[in-house]
Amino acid sequence: MLNLEIYPNHKIFDKDPGQEALRDGYGKGLLEAGKERNVVVLTADLEESTRCQWFKKVYPERFIECGVAEQNMAAIAAGLGISGKIPFINSYATFSPGRNWEQIRTTIAYNDANVKIAGHHAGISTGPDGATHQAIEDIALMRSIPNMKVVVPCDAEEARKATLASVFIWGPVYLRLAREKTPLLTTPETPFVFGKSYPLWISKGKTLDVAIIGAGPLLYNALLAAKELENQKIKSVVINLHTIKPLDKKAIVDWAKKAKAVVTVEEHNVLGGVGSAVAEVLAQEYPVPMEFVGIKDVFGQSGKIYELWKKYHLDVKDIILATKKVLKRKL
Amino acid sequence: MLLSYHRLKELYKTANRLREDVIEMLTEAGSGHSAGPLGMAEVFAAMYFFILNHRPKEPSWPQRDRLILSNGHICPILYATLARAGYFPLKELKTLRKLGSRLQGHPHRKSLSGVETTSGPLGSGLSQAIGVALAARLDGARYHTYVIMSDGEHQEGNVWEAVMFAGKNRLSNLTAIIDRNNIQIDGYTEDVMPLEPLRDKYQAFGWNVIDVNGHDIEEFVAAVLEAKAVYEKPTVIIAHTIPGKGVSFMEQKYQWHGIPPTKEQAKEALRQLRRLGGKIKSEHD
Ligand SMILES: Cc1ncc(C[n+]2csc(CCOP(=O)(O)OP(=O)(O)O)c2C)c(N)n1
Ligand SMILES: [Mg+2]
Repeated sequence: MLNLEIYPNHKIFDKDPGQEALRDGYGKGLLEAGKERNVVVLTADLEESTRCQWFKKVYPERFIECGVAEQNMAAIAAGLGISGKIPFINSYATFSPGRNWEQIRTTIAYNDANVKIAGHHAGISTGPDGATHQAIEDIALMRSIPNMKVVVPCDAEEARKATLASVFIWGPVYLRLAREKTPLLTTPETPFVFGKSYPLWISKGKTLDVAIIGAGPLLYNALLAAKELENQKIKSVVINLHTIKPLDKKAIVDWAKKAKAVVTVEEHNVLGGVGSAVAEVLAQEYPVPMEFVGIKDVFGQSGKIYELWKKYHLDVKDIILATKKVLKRKL
Repeated sequence: MLLSYHRLKELYKTANRLREDVIEMLTEAGSGHSAGPLGMAEVFAAMYFFILNHRPKEPSWPQRDRLILSNGHICPILYATLARAGYFPLKELKTLRKLGSRLQGHPHRKSLSGVETTSGPLGSGLSQAIGVALAARLDGARYHTYVIMSDGEHQEGNVWEAVMFAGKNRLSNLTAIIDRNNIQIDGYTEDVMPLEPLRDKYQAFGWNVIDVNGHDIEEFVAAVLEAKAVYEKPTVIIAHTIPGKGVSFMEQKYQWHGIPPTKEQAKEALRQLRRLGGKIKSEHD
C-alpha cells in the first residue's frame, strides 16, 4: 500500500490523479527562492519554457538574459558563484549540461562554485521535438563530475521543494526537470530531505519480493506496477531515490537485504544513470539480482509522452516484466 | 543560369505553396515552429527549384550540391520543399512530429534522405558545412556547399569559431545564408543580445558579405550567383526576412517563433495565403 507516513497524493490511483509539469514546480520554487537575495537567475533565450519568467517578473534586477549561449551562461554563473551569488542557470538539458559540460566541470564544479544547474526538458518525455531535444545522458554526465550533486524530482511538488532546498546546499547542484505534465505523487506535506530516499509504497506483510528503486516521473508507472504486482501476490517496495548524488547507500543496501532483488526505473540511458548508481553500491556491498528499466542505449524520436514511454519500454508492463525476470534470477 | 520571367513567377508560386504546406503540417502536428519557416519560403524555393544541382530521386548522388540546415527548428519548410521537389511523397508531410515518422521534430540525417545533417541544437551547422566543403576541396569535387543559419544562433560561440575558420581557410566553395528575421524566442534579437553590425563582423573575419531582401527571389538568386563567382573568400548572404511572412497575424511577432496555429488560425492563414494567388509582393514589384 501507499506509504502514508510520507503524505502521498491520495488520488494517485484515481483516473485523474492531478497533473503538473516538473518545470512548473521548479518555477514556483525559484520564485520562493528569490527571497534569498543572493539568488540570481540566468537563461539562454528560454525564459518562458524554463519558467524563469515568474522570477523575472518579481526580481527583474536579478534576472540575466544570456542569449543563445549556454557555454557563456555556465561560465558567467561560475563567476557569479565565486563572488557570493547563488546563480541558477536554465536551458534544456541537452544544451546545459549537454553543450556546456566542460564549462560546468571546470569553472563550476572544480571551483566548487555555488551554481545550480536546471536541466529542463530532460528525458524522452520531451516528446515531439525529437531526439535532439531529449536528454537521456544528463544524469551520467553530471553524476561523474566530482563536487556535483544530482537531484531528480518525481513530480512538480518535489521539484519545487528541491529547488528551494538547493539554495541552502553549498556548491554545484544539478536539478533534472521535465517538460510535460505528469501525475502528482506527493503533496506539500511530503518531506523532502536532500540525500535521503523514502518508500512511496510498501506491500503489506513481513516479507518483500522485490525493491523497485527509481527516480523521476516514471515512479508513477512504478507505483501502478507495484499495485498490479500486489494483485498477483508479489510484494514490493517502491523507493523514491530523488537524490542520485550523494546517494542514499544505506537505504539501498537495507532494501536490497530485505527484498533480495532490485528493479531500477529511470527515464535515462541505462548506461550511467540511476540503475548504474544503485548497481555500483550493491555490487560492492550486497550483490542481488537486478534488472534495469530505462532507455536501452538508443536515441529517442518524436512522439507523445505516453507513446514514447511505451515504445521505449518504460511502461507499467515493462516494470512488471522486469520484476518477474528478476524474481526468476533470485537465489 | 538564366532566371526567366516565367520561371521567376513559378518560383513565387512555389514559395507560397510551401507556406500552405507549412501551415497544414504544423496544424496537423499540433506543435512546432511557424515564424521561421514562413519567412524562408522564397529562399527554399529558390534553392531547391533553381540553384541547387541535385537529383531528388538519387539523394546520395555524390556530385550534388549540399544544403545544410543549421537552424533545424525551421524544418517544416525543408520538409515541404523536399516533398515538393520529389524526395518523398507529399502525403508524408502529415506525419510531422509523430511517432515513427521520418519527419522528426528536428531534422535527422539517418531518418530521411535529403536531410544532409542532423540539426536543432543551434550553432553547429556552419562548422559541419565547413567540414563538407573541406572534404570537397580535398577530393577536388566541384559541388558547392550551402548552409542556412538563423540570426539568433549567432549568439552561440561555436558560430564565430566557424566564421573565423572559414575566413582563414578562404573557403570559397562555401556559402552561408542567414535568415535575418530579427526574432528569437525571448524577443527581438537586438533586445535579447544584439547582433549588429552583423555585416561588419563577417567582413572583419574575411568574408564576402551580401545583404538581400529575402523575399525577393531575383535579388537572392543574383547574390548566390555572385557568391559562387567570388574566389578566395566564403560568402555570406544576409537575407532580410519577415518572420511569419504571408500570414498577417504572425508577421514580425516573435511570439510565433515556436507555436503552431490552431485550426481556426490555420483556416485564416490559408485564406490569406491563397488570396495572394501565389504572389508575395516584394519591394521591387
Ligand atoms: C544550442 C541551443 N540552445 C537553445 C536552443 C533552443 N532554441 C531553439 S530556437 C531558439 C531561438 C533562436 O533564434 P532564431 O533561430 O533566430 O529563431 P527564429 O528566427 O526561427 O524564430 C532557441 C534558443 C537550441 N535549439 N539550441
Ligand atoms: Mg531569428
